[in-house]
Amino acid sequence: MKIMQKFTTHTGLVAPLDRANVDTDQIIPKQFLKTIKRTGLREGLFFDWRKQKDGSPDPSFFLNQARYHDATILLTRDNFGCGSSREHAPWALLDQGFRCIIASSFADIFYNNCFQNGILPVVLQADEVKTLMQEVLKTPDYRLTVDLAQQIVTAPDGTHYRFTIDPFRKDCLYRGLDSIGLTLQHESVIADYEARRMAEAPWLFTDLHA
Amino acid sequence: MPSLFEKLWQAHIVREKPNEPTLLYIDLHLIHEVTSPQAFEGLRQAGRSVRRPDLTFGTADHNVPTTDRSLPIADAIAAQQIDTLRKNCQEHRIQLFDINSPEQGIVHVIGPELGLTQPGMTIVCGDSHTSTHGAFGALAFGIGTSEVEHVLATQCLLQNKPRTMKVQTSNTLPSGVSAKDLALGIIGKIGTDGATGYVIEYAGEAVRNLTMEGRMTLCNMSIEAGARAGMIAPDETTLAYLKGRRFAPQGESWDAAVNYWQTLHSDEDARFDKVVQLDATQLEPFVTWGTSPGMVAPVTSHVPDPADAKTLADQQAAERALEYMALKPRTNIQDIHIDRAFIGSCTNARLEDLRAAARVVKGYHINSSVTALVVPGSYEVKRAAEQEGLDRVFSDAGFEWREPGCSMCLGMNPDILQPGERCASTSNRNFEGRQGRGGRTHLVSPMMAAAAAIKGHFTDIREWEFR
Repeated sequence: MKIMQKFTTHTGLVAPLDRANVDTDQIIPKQFLKTIKRTGLREGLFFDWRKQKDGSPDPSFFLNQARYHDATILLTRDNFGCGSSREHAPWALLDQGFRCIIASSFADIFYNNCFQNGILPVVLQADEVKTLMQEVLKTPDYRLTVDLAQQIVTAPDGTHYRFTIDPFRKDCLYRGLDSIGLTLQHESVIADYEARRMAEAPWLFTDLHA
Repeated sequence: MPSLFEKLWQAHIVREKPNEPTLLYIDLHLIHEVTSPQAFEGLRQAGRSVRRPDLTFGTADHNVPTTDRSLPIADAIAAQQIDTLRKNCQEHRIQLFDINSPEQGIVHVIGPELGLTQPGMTIVCGDSHTSTHGAFGALAFGIGTSEVEHVLATQCLLQNKPRTMKVQTSNTLPSGVSAKDLALGIIGKIGTDGATGYVIEYAGEAVRNLTMEGRMTLCNMSIEAGARAGMIAPDETTLAYLKGRRFAPQGESWDAAVNYWQTLHSDEDARFDKVVQLDATQLEPFVTWGTSPGMVAPVTSHVPDPADAKTLADQQAAERALEYMALKPRTNIQDIHIDRAFIGSCTNARLEDLRAAARVVKGYHINSSVTALVVPGSYEVKRAAEQEGLDRVFSDAGFEWREPGCSMCLGMNPDILQPGERCASTSNRNFEGRQGRGGRTHLVSPMMAAAAAIKGHFTDIREWEFR
């Protein structure tokens, strides 16, 4: 079976994106969606915010600040990843080096897409995110440890932030399981379903290409 | 007892185990050039094949030019992406409605018009606006590319069961207030993450009275409220739309299908995790003023003052949005002048949308400060519109009449806003830079976009003098 990138425990530098409702058009603008590859999307990550109109880096944007260059954990606010289903968004974040995104909530499709790419999306309470955001902004080299098995984010001062996660997704990410491989193990169950459904609702299986 | 959603969910369970997501069967898989290449590449790398090419359909819509299609595509990278789709469909024997085929169009427009979209189906596509197909009483939702690969390989998806929300409408929409305004009204009320984790069922008189086109517009925008999917129970309107369409069941098969479809409604005592009530008579034509579809105001109203926001976060978001949109608090919506108008997209580029816009345009010319674009949702829509002479109405009024595609909704092709340009758009997203970097998008209905193009600023369509 194909093995995906695992996520067990990760300690990394945190970068703050102090904004709610960051949509996937912002994470990776349209001009970067013409690729037929999953890699090399780093250049497009937050492009419109990262680059000024003349193409030079905008020094006020967090990713252009030296202190966040090596960040692997992104801290942000509500409804991160809303809008388009483009998986180019997690691909670009991964290409930049992000392995974990902590937010007070995520949009549905983006949240799913993270798991497919070895990125752990962590949901914390809004007040917890607020506290962490303040710490990150005022503390150089602020690092968090994310322990997937224990479902705990640990701050430098030892504070624990617990998070919940769907047990199946957790297991897949922890062990790097390929969900297509898992589903293909149930091939006969799928074939049984198709046979049953074909009897109940044959019009669904008309060969439309014929 | 079960809701419509529950019936659809139950009918598609392939495998269910405690503490695991449900394995759901997918009846129809739609693919396009932008979100499928990496999925096919994944299949190749793993040595896997497409399980049901017969239930899979492709079209090129996102990056296609809307100008003369007999010319080669100027953008080599876009051309390569379309060519990749072509090769993948050939290799896996998937039916493709290629850019010059008479069926080509926006994937969410052609699925229904070809009769591929049917009640009771599960439908997925690597595009968030797949929720559109829920208008037929299907469970339809957008997925990422890894999930596209999963469906190609297995014809199934692993899904955690979403919660259910019912949007219960009363009364009927006033004249001049369209399905788009209903959608914007709902998003304005519940917020852009108000339905995250839910499947919405739209019900009640205002929804029943919508045409299929209107229902598609409404379900299309479900994702802008964060919903997994939106759906409407099939009824006579649905059957009348479907009957005789190319891929719809025929003869005895049609009768059997109709028997089943008639069971697809929420039972009287069905329970929902959340119910939202909406009186349609309270709705007005809406215009978005900000950078998220929930930032919306009635056309008779004004841009809000961020200082009035309920929370600090809302205040900051509004301030930021107004800065991007170059708008001052309390500006009357009707005093906002536009540079561009875009009538198109999977939200509002069906024949009925073009008819509604053309009715407004007829006998007028667009304002001298405005350039305007009409992009039909498909070749089928384009042909039908031309038969009715709508192309002439638009052209005579100064609109450009283009070839079908997603076009300026997301600006992957050359149809984009220039920095600072302000657009009245019938599309679905007013995010920063969505229609072009620095571009400013106001979401409106087709009639409102047409009227704004003529006046040069937003205007209340309910007071329009039709010629």
